[in-house]
Amino acid sequence: MTATALWPPTAQEVVFLLLGVVAAASALLVVTTRQIVHAALWLVVSFGALAGCYLVLTAEFVAWVQVLIYVGAVVVLLLFGIMLTRAPIGPSADLNSGNKVMAAIVALATAAVLVTTVIDGFRLAYAPLTPGEGAAKPLGASIFRNWVLPFEALSVLLLAALIGAIVISRTDIGGKD
Amino acid sequence: MHVVYPAVLAALLFSTGVYGVLARRNTILVLMSVELMLNAVNINLVAFDVWLRDALHGGQVLTLFVIVIAAAELGVGLAIVLAVFRNRQTVAVDRLHDLAEPEDDRTGPGGPDTPDGSDASDPQDAPDAGGTRGARARGGAA
Repeated sequence: MTATALWPPTAQEVVFLLLGVVAAASALLVVTTRQIVHAALWLVVSFGALAGCYLVLTAEFVAWVQVLIYVGAVVVLLLFGIMLTRAPIGPSADLNSGNKVMAAIVALATAAVLVTTVIDGFRLAYAPLTPGEGAAKPLGASIFRNWVLPFEALSVLLLAALIGAIVISRTDIGGKD
Repeated sequence: MHVVYPAVLAALLFSTGVYGVLARRNTILVLMSVELMLNAVNINLVAFDVWLRDALHGGQVLTLFVIVIAAAELGVGLAIVLAVFRNRQTVAVDRLHDLAEPEDDRTGPGGPDTPDGSDASDPQDAPDAGGTRGARARGGAA
């Protein structure tokens, strides 16, 4: 599986690297921006770039699910949460807590450990990309043939979570006492 | 496609999420950072599924499952955040320290000064004397 050298990258890898830079940079802006609404909007950019990464990795179905659920639903849910908690619109200084330096140290240590481990472990691993591997047809066949039971269990979990969210957030549903 | 590129991207996204969970004060921003960490896991799953050429497409199916679980987690998490906001008028994780270890200067040795600690604690009264670490850990685990 060591087909080609790591450098220079192929055209697919160049596209992936560009999208990855966009995703990582906007993720960094999500955790550093001073405006909470901008954080949600940078999250859209990051998730969109990640969907592009999935497309380059031939995982088409996952890419579209990412666009539909993350960009379409999760970010809208987060924006509703921002709105309902009356977050300040505009720059606010107190979005970060006091232990910013400690958090930066921990995050840099995590990044250093993970990146060195991953580079050391998968330096020679090469995945040839064949289009259509992750299209809806093979993925759907796999889900409904081999992964039916986890799929159904997950649908029950999602239903329970949504009912739980409704029960928690409504005020007119009380306990027994 | 070398596996190193998606793996390194996933590592960087994950540590960005770690920084956000630890450094942010607003609970919704903490939830956003958790989503970043979940996405880092997703890109790893997809990359290794492509690398290992799994006949069952385990990686990509598991990615879809992770996306569904992230949606469920976010729904319940935001409902909890809204309930907290309704009771406290704040979503700052370092103000929510009712379950923290009692500090000697803030509360007595018997524990927190209110029996249930839910409604009696004014969010303005204890300006972050102690227990921030516990509150932040709870925010990270949400």
